Amino acid sequence: MASKLPILSEWPVLRQLAHGDLTGLGPSAYSSRTRQLAPRTASADRVARSVCPYCAVGCGQLVYVKDEKIIDIEGDPESPVSQGCLCPKGAATFQLVTGDQREKKVLYRRPGASRWEELPLEQAMDMVAERVKRTREETWQERLEDPASALHGHRLARTLGIAHLGGATLDNEENYLLKKLYTALGIVQVENQARI
Amino acid sequence: MATNLQTDFAVQGGSQHLAHEHGEAPARKVMGFFTDTTLCIGCKACEVACKQWNQLPDDGFLFSGMSYDNTAHLGASTWRHVAFIERSEGLPGQGSPRDGVEAGAAAFGPLRPSGQPASTSLLTDVAPSHIEMPVPLGPTQRALSNFSWLMMSDVCKHCERAACLEACPTGSIVRTEFGSVYVQPDVCNGCGYCVSACPFGVIGRREDDGRAWKCTLCYDRLEGGMVPACAKACPTASIQFGEVGELRDRAEQRVEQLRARGVAEARLYGEDAAHQPGTEGLHAFFLLCDEPEVYNLPPDPVVPTKKIADAWYAMAASVVGLAAICLSAVASGGRR
Amino acid sequence: MVVIQGSNMAECHPVAFRWVMEAKNRGAAIIHVDPRFTRTSAVADLHVPLRAGSDIAFLGGIIRYILEGERFFKEYVTEYTNAPTIIDARFRGPEDDGQEGFFSGFDAKKNRYDWETWSYDGVEGVIPAAGHKHAHSDQPGHGGEPATGANMTERHQDPTLQHPRCVFQLLKKHYARYTPELVEETCGVPKELFLQVAETLCKNSGRERTGAFVYAVGWTQHTVGVQYIRTAAIIQLLLGNMGRPGGGIMALRGHASIQGSTDLPTLFDLLPGYLPMPHAVLPDEGALDAYVQNNRSATGWWSEFRKYAVSLQKAWFGEAATKENDYLFDLLPRLTGNHSHMTTVSEMADGKVKGYFVVGENPTVGSMHGALHREGLRRLDWLVVRDFALTETAEFWRNAPEIARGEIRTEDIQTEVFFFPAATHTEKSGSFTNTQRMLQWHQKAVEPPGDCRSELQFTYELGRRLRRLYAGSKDPRDRALQLLTWDYGEVGPLREPDAERVLLEVNGYTVVDGKPVPGFGKLADDGTTACGCWIYSGCYAGGVNHPARRRPGQEQTWVAPEWGWAWPMNRRLLYNRASADPEGRPWSERKRYVWWDAVERRWTGHDVPDFIVDRPPSYRPEPGTVGTASLAGNDPFIMQADGKGWIFAPSGLLDGPFPTHYEPEESVVENPLYRQQCNPARLEWHRRDNPYHRAWRDPRFPHVLTTYRLTEHHTSGAMSRWLSWLSELQPSMFCEVSRELAEEQGLRNGGWATITTARGEIECRVLVTARLRPLRVRGRLVHTIGLPYHWSYVGRVTGDPANELIGFVADPNVSIQESKALTGSIRAGRYSFGRRSVTDGLELRRPEPAPGEAPRDLPGLHAIHRQPPVQPKR
Repeated sequence: MASKLPILSEWPVLRQLAHGDLTGLGPSAYSSRTRQLAPRTASADRVARSVCPYCAVGCGQLVYVKDEKIIDIEGDPESPVSQGCLCPKGAATFQLVTGDQREKKVLYRRPGASRWEELPLEQAMDMVAERVKRTREETWQERLEDPASALHGHRLARTLGIAHLGGATLDNEENYLLKKLYTALGIVQVENQARI
Repeated sequence: MATNLQTDFAVQGGSQHLAHEHGEAPARKVMGFFTDTTLCIGCKACEVACKQWNQLPDDGFLFSGMSYDNTAHLGASTWRHVAFIERSEGLPGQGSPRDGVEAGAAAFGPLRPSGQPASTSLLTDVAPSHIEMPVPLGPTQRALSNFSWLMMSDVCKHCERAACLEACPTGSIVRTEFGSVYVQPDVCNGCGYCVSACPFGVIGRREDDGRAWKCTLCYDRLEGGMVPACAKACPTASIQFGEVGELRDRAEQRVEQLRARGVAEARLYGEDAAHQPGTEGLHAFFLLCDEPEVYNLPPDPVVPTKKIADAWYAMAASVVGLAAICLSAVASGGRR
Repeated sequence: MVVIQGSNMAECHPVAFRWVMEAKNRGAAIIHVDPRFTRTSAVADLHVPLRAGSDIAFLGGIIRYILEGERFFKEYVTEYTNAPTIIDARFRGPEDDGQEGFFSGFDAKKNRYDWETWSYDGVEGVIPAAGHKHAHSDQPGHGGEPATGANMTERHQDPTLQHPRCVFQLLKKHYARYTPELVEETCGVPKELFLQVAETLCKNSGRERTGAFVYAVGWTQHTVGVQYIRTAAIIQLLLGNMGRPGGGIMALRGHASIQGSTDLPTLFDLLPGYLPMPHAVLPDEGALDAYVQNNRSATGWWSEFRKYAVSLQKAWFGEAATKENDYLFDLLPRLTGNHSHMTTVSEMADGKVKGYFVVGENPTVGSMHGALHREGLRRLDWLVVRDFALTETAEFWRNAPEIARGEIRTEDIQTEVFFFPAATHTEKSGSFTNTQRMLQWHQKAVEPPGDCRSELQFTYELGRRLRRLYAGSKDPRDRALQLLTWDYGEVGPLREPDAERVLLEVNGYTVVDGKPVPGFGKLADDGTTACGCWIYSGCYAGGVNHPARRRPGQEQTWVAPEWGWAWPMNRRLLYNRASADPEGRPWSERKRYVWWDAVERRWTGHDVPDFIVDRPPSYRPEPGTVGTASLAGNDPFIMQADGKGWIFAPSGLLDGPFPTHYEPEESVVENPLYRQQCNPARLEWHRRDNPYHRAWRDPRFPHVLTTYRLTEHHTSGAMSRWLSWLSELQPSMFCEVSRELAEEQGLRNGGWATITTARGEIECRVLVTARLRPLRVRGRLVHTIGLPYHWSYVGRVTGDPANELIGFVADPNVSIQESKALTGSIRAGRYSFGRRSVTDGLELRRPEPAPGEAPRDLPGLHAIHRQPPVQPKR
C-alpha cells in the first residue's frame, strides 16, 4: 500500500524546483516509466552475429536474444560491407523470422484432396525417403537407350524422374550436401535461382 | 579491440559516450537529425527500421498512385515517411549532369553516416591529395532534361518550440535531456490537442488505443548510447544523427559544396530560429533542393501558442487601452 | 567512374549502393543506362534511357569509339590481353561477306557452333577458364593423349596489333558498323548522349584512373545475356580496368547465397568448384582419364584439373575411392544434354518427371510462365516444398487462376504434396557467399520452432533414411549412396549435423590424418587429399573457421581482409596482378594495389596476390612449357590457358567469340544489322502452351515489356509479401507507363490496366510517370511497360504475377530466360479473365501470325526445332 502513496519528492512543484524545470515541460514531468527507459537490447542475454538473408550484398546483422527469443535484429556496425546499415528488407528481418506467417508444422496434401492435414515430422521424412526410392527405381537409366544416338549404350547411371530446385537462399553447407546426396542418388536435374 | 555489441557505439558528433546513468543532471547535448535529401535513394530503410525498433503496426495496404509512396504521410504508426516527388524540372547531379563543373572542383568528404565512426575506412590508404576529382561529363546532353525525382525522409522535427508539447494538458509530452520531444504513452490520455497543434501534421492518434504517437528520437536507444534506428539503417547517410550544432555546421558546408557543384537550389529548411522563427528552429532539419511546399513541408510553420501569445499581448494592450479610456473618461467626467 | 547498366543498384542492392554514393561524393561520375528512370537514375549524374534488349549495340558502340579514337590502354592491351593473338585463317565473323550475322562454324542441324575455326592459329584447341569446357567432346577422350592446347606458348602473336588476323584487327572489323548513328537508331539513345558516356568512360580510364561496370539480371535475362557481359569485359580490357581497384565488372547477385549455390552448385551441369558434370560421352573404361582429358588444359591454372577432380572423389567416397577403382568416378551420373530448369519443367509438364523438391524457392511466381510450372506440378506424383510460409508453389493445387476459372479441379490433381517448414538463417549456423565471393558465417541465435528444420538437417536425415533403405542392396546402382561419406556429427538438442564439419570437408583435408589443408595448392591427384570444393580450399585452414572472422572493418585497411573469407585464398580482387605494370610496378601511385617486391622477390600489396607469389614479372616460359609453369610473369589472367584476358573467346561460348547484336526473341523492330534477327544458338521450347509472338512488330503486341524488382520486396515475395512492414510500402501489383502511352491508351494513374501476351493476361494498377518515356527507334516511337514481378495469389498482399506473361526461351550458354525484353499489349481497365495459354486462352493469341512472316532465323540456314515439338494436350 505504502508504495502507492504519493511520495513527497514526487510532488510536481518540488520536482520542478529540483530540476530547475520552471515550465514543467522537462524532466520534472517524466513518469517513472520514462525515467527507467532503456533500449531492450540492453537486456539481451546474448548477441549472435549474422548475415542478412535477402540479397547477396551480405550485410552484417546482429541478432539480440533474450529468454531464447529474438528481441531485435539490426545492422552490424563493424561490418566493412555494410557499416551497420540495412535496407528495408534487411531491417524487416525481425518480422521474417518471428512473424506469424511462419508455418511450424509439417503439412500434407493427399492426392485429390482439397485441404492440408498435419503429419508428424518423422513420418513425413520416412514417406519422402520411400517415394525417392520408389521413383528412382522406376525411372532409373543405367545406359542410354537411343539407337539413333552416337552414344547409344553409354553409361548414364541416373534418373530423370526426380528433380530439385532451390539453393540460392540456403547456406553453402546445405547446397553442398544437397548436391552430394543427389549426385549419389543419380539425380541430375538439380537447379537453383542462379539460373533464373 | 573487444567488441561490445550490447551497447552500440558513441554518438556521432560528440566525443563523449552517452552513458546510461539515471538521475544524472540533464546536461547532455541537444541531439537531432540532419536529413540530406540529395543523398536519399528512397529505399525506405528508415521507415522499416523505425517500425522494427518501435514494433509499430502497419498503416494499411493501400495503393496510393503517388509515385513510390504508399504510406502517404507521417502518423501514429508511421514515424519516418519517405516522400517521392516527380518534378518537371532538372536537377544537376541527379539523373542529369552537373552543369559547368570543371575538373578539380572540390570533392566532398566521405559520407558521414551517424552511428558509425565516420566511414573513413575508405580513406585510410588514400592520401587526401589522391581523392578522386570529378571529370566533367562533357557538354551537357540531358536525357530527361526537365525531370528529377526528389526523395525525402520526413520525420518529427523536434521543434525548439514544440506546439504539441505546449498544447498537451496532461504533461504527457516532455522535453527530454536530449532536447527531443517525447510523448509518454503511460501518461497520454488521448485528448488529441497535440494533433491539431502540430504545424507539420506529424503527430497522430492511433485508432486502436486512442493515444497520440510520434517519433521519439529513439529516446530509449539514446539512453543506452545507441543511435536512432532510422539513422543507423540509412544506407547512404541521408539521415544523419548528432549534436544539433555540429549537424548545422555540417549542413551549411554541404549546401556550399552542392552549390559549388551546380546545385544552385540547395538550401536548408528549419535549421535555426533565424530561418524559421515560427518554431524557433528544428532539431530535425533538412537539406532541400526546391521550395518546401514541393516536399509537402509548410513554408512558414508557426507554433499556435506563438499566436496565442500575440493574442494575449493584443488583448492585454486593448485592456490597458480600454482601462485608460475609462479612467480618462471617469477623470474627465469627475471634473465636470 | 561507375557505369550501372542492367542493374537498378540503388533499389535492388541499396547498401552496396552506399559505396557508389561514397564514390560520387568523392568526385566519381555515376552513369545509369537503363530503360527506366529509377531510384538509381535519380542520384546518378547521368541517366541514359535505352531500349530494353539493345545493350550490345550500345556497348559495341563504345568499343568502336575506343578503337577509332585510339583511346585504349595500349600497354595493358598488348601485354595482358589476347589482342595480339592471331586467329585461325578459317575464322569468319558475322560482318564478313555472306555470313549474314553468323560466325563461322554454325551447324544448323545441331543448332550450335563448332569452335574449330575460332582457334588460336597454330594451337590445337583451347580450354576456357569458364563456360562450356567440353561442349564439343562428342568423341570420348583418352587419358594418354596430351592435354588440350599443349603448344599454347607457341601461339602466333603480333605485338604491333597490325596483323589482319590478330584479335585486335578482328575486333576493329567486327564493331566497325557500331557507329553513334547505329547506336541511336538501335537503342533510341541520342547520339550526343551516347558520345558523352563513351567519352566520360575513356577519360576516366588509364594509368591514373579506373572505371567500373555494374550489372545484374538486366544483362543476364536475355537470349544473348552472356554476351552482354562479354561486351563489357572487352571494354574493360581495352581500357585497362580489369584487376585494378575501382575497376572491373561487378555482378550484383540477388540472393544471400546465390554465389555459393553456384560455387557449391545446386546446378545440373556442374560439380563443386566449376568442375563439369560428367557427360555420357565418357567410355566405360578409363572414364576418369577421359573426363580429365576433356576438361584439363595443358597450360594455365586449369592444368591442375585432375587434382581437384580426384580430391572431390575422395571427399565424397572416402576410403572406398582408390587409384585402382578410378576413385569411383564411374559411380557419378552423366548428362546427355541440357537438363536445366526450363527443360526440366517442360518435361514435367509432359509427365516425365515424377518427384520434385522445391527448397527455398517459389517458381510459380519467381520463374517465367507460372502456368506452365503449375501444369508441371499437376503432373507430378509427389512434390516436396520447404519454405517459411505456404507459398504459391506449395498451394498450386488450390490457389491458381485456372482453378478459379474452373478449368482445373482441385480433386483431379493427383499430386501428393509435402510441406516442410524451414528454419531461418537465425536458427542455424552456416555460411553465405556474397556477391563478391566472400563467405560469411552466420551464427545460430535460437533453436528452430516446432517442426522447422534446416536444409542441412533435412538433407542429412533424408540421406540417412535412404542409406538405411538401400543398406542391403547388391545392385551396383546403389553403391554410390552406400559408399558416400555421410558423417557430420550430431549437435544440439535437435541432433543436427555440424555445419563446421561440412565446411571442413569443403575445405579439404589430408586423408592420412584428417587435418585441414591450407589451400588448393596442397591438393594432390594421388588420393592423399580430399576436398569438397577446391576453390573454397583454405576457408578452414589451420582448423579455423575463416568465414566467421569478424575483425572490425574500422580496424583494418580498406580491403578488410580479415572480415570473412573470399575465394580463392582470400583474394578480394581477382586477377589483381594486372594492377601492376608488366615490370610489376603499380600503374600509378593512386591505383596502387598489388606489386612485385624486388627485394623480397615476391608479390605483395593490399590484397592477397592473385598470382604465383614468387614468379617474377620477367619470367617467360620456354616454348612448349605446360602446367602452371606456362604462366609468364606478365600473364595476370591465370585461369586462362594463355594467361591473358580474352577479348576474343576461342572457346567456352556457344554463340560466338565476339558479342554481336541480335534482337530479343520478341522485338518491336527488325535487327538493324543482319537478316538473322535473333541469336541463332538461343534455346526455344516449341510447345503449343508456350507460344511466341512475331519476331518483330507484332500488331497484337506492340509494346516492350520489361520486368524488375523493387526495393520493398524480394523476388517472388515469399520473404516479403507476408510481412506487414514491407507489404504496406508496396501493397499492389502495378505497371509503369509513360504519359504518352497513358494518353494513347486512356490509362489513368492509380487506375487499372490489363496486360496481355500470348501466354497469359494479368491486371494491375497503373503508375503514369515521366520516368518512362517513349524512345525513337528505327524511326518509330517505342513504348516500354515496366512490370515488377513480386505479387501472386497468396500472402498478406496479393496481385497478379508478371511472370505469367513470359514464355520459355533462353540464352544458350547458361539457359537463363529472357524476361527483360519481350512484347505485349496494354489496355485500360480490368479485363483479365485469368486466361493462360496452358489451360485455355487460345483467344489470347488470335489472330495467329501467318507462318514464315517475320522470321527469326535465316531460311534454310537454321533448323526450326530447338527442342522437340510437343503435341497439344488440350
